[in-house]
Amino acid sequence: MGSLVDLKKRTVCQAETKMKGNPYIPMSATIVERIEETPNIFTWKLKLDDEQQRKDYRFKCGQFNMVYLFGIGEVAISIMGSEGDSFLHTIQAVGRVTNAMSKLQPGDHVAIRGPYGIGWPMMESKSRDLVFITGGLGCAPAVSAIREAIKNRDEYGRLVIMQTVLHRHDMLWEPQYDEWRKVRSTQVLLASDRDKTAWPNWKKGRVGALFREAKFDINHCTVMCCGPHPMMTGTSRTLVDMGVKEDDIYLSLERNMQCALGHCGHCQMDEAFVCKDGPVFTYKRIKDVLERRGF
Amino acid sequence: MAVQFLAPESLQNLLTVLEASGYQVMGPQLSEGAIVYDHINDVADLPRGIETLQKPGSYKLQQTSSTRFFNWANGPAALKPLLYKARQALWSCEQVAQAVNGGFVFKDLVPQAVPTAVIGVRPCDIAAMLIQDEHFIQSEYCDPYYKAERDALFTVAVNCSSCAETCFCASTGDGPSLDDGYDLLMDELDSGFLIRAGSTKGEQVLKKLPVTAASEDLTAMAAEQSAHAAEKQKRYLLDENMHANLFSQLDNRRWHDIAERCLSCGNCTSVCPTCFCHRETEQAELDGQSTRHFREWSSCFNADHSVMHGHSLRDSSELRYRQWMLHKLGSWIYQYGRSGCVGCGRCIAWCPAGIDFPAEANAISGEVELWEA
Repeated sequence: MGSLVDLKKRTVCQAETKMKGNPYIPMSATIVERIEETPNIFTWKLKLDDEQQRKDYRFKCGQFNMVYLFGIGEVAISIMGSEGDSFLHTIQAVGRVTNAMSKLQPGDHVAIRGPYGIGWPMMESKSRDLVFITGGLGCAPAVSAIREAIKNRDEYGRLVIMQTVLHRHDMLWEPQYDEWRKVRSTQVLLASDRDKTAWPNWKKGRVGALFREAKFDINHCTVMCCGPHPMMTGTSRTLVDMGVKEDDIYLSLERNMQCALGHCGHCQMDEAFVCKDGPVFTYKRIKDVLERRGF
Repeated sequence: MAVQFLAPESLQNLLTVLEASGYQVMGPQLSEGAIVYDHINDVADLPRGIETLQKPGSYKLQQTSSTRFFNWANGPAALKPLLYKARQALWSCEQVAQAVNGGFVFKDLVPQAVPTAVIGVRPCDIAAMLIQDEHFIQSEYCDPYYKAERDALFTVAVNCSSCAETCFCASTGDGPSLDDGYDLLMDELDSGFLIRAGSTKGEQVLKKLPVTAASEDLTAMAAEQSAHAAEKQKRYLLDENMHANLFSQLDNRRWHDIAERCLSCGNCTSVCPTCFCHRETEQAELDGQSTRHFREWSSCFNADHSVMHGHSLRDSSELRYRQWMLHKLGSWIYQYGRSGCVGCGRCIAWCPAGIDFPAEANAISGEVELWEA
């Protein structure tokens, strides 16, 4: 780490946000649809209630929203994708707020603030091979980027989509992955670690089991990785050993976030505020603290 | 306007003029054995002749024969609680049936800040305020709650003529005298006050005071007094390469030694004038129809500070103390162009275990010679 903050960038952002008023106030939204993905993972399709806010709302792949549950609080959730003027959040019921959220039904209201953070480097990766490496629910932040790449298929090189899960029943959107497999020059590689059966298109094991089949240009690729912490550090090290440059590897991180505005201090990792300087970082930038306890 | 002289008996005029200019005036007063800023309208309420005796884990007041008003070093609270409230209502939310599609209606709770003048602000506290301005106002997102209070604040800083044993502002460059960031700045001498304005607001107040041009002798005396106060400081913070030094010592055994003494109570972060961490909380009304959203000070020493889905990234005092020091003296430099420590020494005096922050920092970065604690 240890790069001085870009003060110029900061001033520009400030001018942009000033016009939007109080950045702490959420926007009311309706749950249009609720999809039960697994017993503790669900997807919401949300629509902002205010027409003007709906029109103004734009997000980039890899950004996140603060999602508010009435009377309980807010949590940071990555934006999985959009459908028309609605957007999607896939949420795992793991904490106080998300457990309560899992009980809401279509027609109920929540509120959001966002989008926040720096997303995936889609623009910077034009003409390069894109390698998506995700583990468990880490696939959610990558889905919007995969869809974006497929939508603009000609602008990118080969696509390699690797997803690993503990058990196959944890796998989200397998039919979607099967669809992606049909796209030109696209590899979809799946692995499950704890299952004893080998299904067609599935490997047993972790990410390492998939690398042998993955075909991409190590000198001209962008890796986008999201998953459990040890999986991201291990994957990054393997990629570097293979010859991939440290600043071609992008990781999407998760930290405790209260405000998402760079004020509350909870998400700090050395000098980075994960909420505004991330959540997507190059491996090069964070490797010094990534593998250290306590950051 | 050049440096002016204000006679001691005219100090009351300053309070009166500030009140007449529309400010509620706050100043240092004795409360429960400490110096705190509170409402004041009479100079008789100032802690005249009081000195502060501060040592690791100890804060005491002592009455002396001095006739000075500002002969003390500092109290537990800087300007921080006035600008960045310990508990701040951010917004309220109501479930309203007639709202758009039956959604929520949010109400902004940015306060109508009362114009407030604080007299007797210490140089280190002005330095800390400038740091918090940078964090809350000049960052990507301007914090409207902090900004409302900040815009309504008028500061009358007083250069320090005596320092406590815990002070080390000379080594951080934030005291004992001040260069900028104030509305009015005074030096207290036995014969009276030197006073100068540092802003347009300050000039307007200064014009209304019964002042005379200050003699060169008096300005020289004031400079000498500050220099003398600086010389008396025995604590210091090494500033060379602090970030690199600390980060090269992540596994230093001393973190563990500190943790043996540290109670993880968070007193240091509460009294620290630059610490900004807070959590957001929600307080729902009993009728279930409306709720208020708050933020309240939190601390990197709290177990919940680094929690993600029930698991804490920093699950020991060792990691939490390391986080506090690495951030304050290391990462801060990359975030805001300077360290987050202004040398006020509060974290030393108010630490129930008497942990000496600069001594620990210097020791971890390789300094062997330490002052006698």
